[in-house]
Amino acid sequence: MERIPILKMNEFLLVSIQVDMHDRLAMTLQDDLTERIVRDRARGVLIDISSLEVVDSFIGRMIGNIAAMARVLDAETVVVGMRPAVAITLVELGLSLDGVRTSLNVDKGMELLRTALANGDGHHDDDR
Amino acid sequence: MTIDETLPVRSSNDIVVVRQMVRASAVQLGFNLVEQTKIVTAASELARNTIDYGGGGVARVQSLRQAGRIGLRLTFEDKGPGIADIELALKDGYTTGGGLGLGLSGAKRLSNEFAIESRPGEGTRVTITRWK
Repeated sequence: MERIPILKMNEFLLVSIQVDMHDRLAMTLQDDLTERIVRDRARGVLIDISSLEVVDSFIGRMIGNIAAMARVLDAETVVVGMRPAVAITLVELGLSLDGVRTSLNVDKGMELLRTALANGDGHHDDDR
Repeated sequence: MTIDETLPVRSSNDIVVVRQMVRASAVQLGFNLVEQTKIVTAASELARNTIDYGGGGVARVQSLRQAGRIGLRLTFEDKGPGIADIELALKDGYTTGGGLGLGLSGAKRLSNEFAIESRPGEGTRVTITRWK
């Protein structure tokens, strides 16, 4: 079955979406990521969408779901690399991706995740 | 050069094919990147509606030339249950399908012209046009 690869780097999971996702692939990614957060004890998820030429309400909902599920599982999510044309279209579509952190690129996204974890944003001290 | 293609809209993979066809047409007609992105996104929303609410149908992609203007028209047609209250269906956040309720209203905002015809029990036809 077709899948989007999820890479583990220390306590972070990295995903780069490089294909025009059909809906089932998006759902699979959502499920896989949720499972991997728990299995790998990940504290952060970085999703690179710089290759995505279109983010419609379905993909937008998936991104929001991933961020919400990650939060419940004590992990932060950051979406990086959104194209300007995609951002303009998303806002006009009526999707504001509330509750999803974004950064311009992977470097800034990693920095944001590290800072969020160091500051314990929304997290309790835990013993994982 | 004239574009007039009709594509099936039955599976989630067909949505991808429709997006690609609309993108290629918009590029061919010389739409800029933001305009391309808007019409492709609108197409994606309407194609998904055709499947989720209409039980599948067809998408027609047409180039237009009127009074020196160039446009791209997309028509999504299904023979599904139809929409009982179109005004309500066009409201942001209204959905009967568990989505975000942005498909129809969002597609309307992303287009220059928008028309919807629907009869309960007979089906729905949504037509959007984007002018260059």
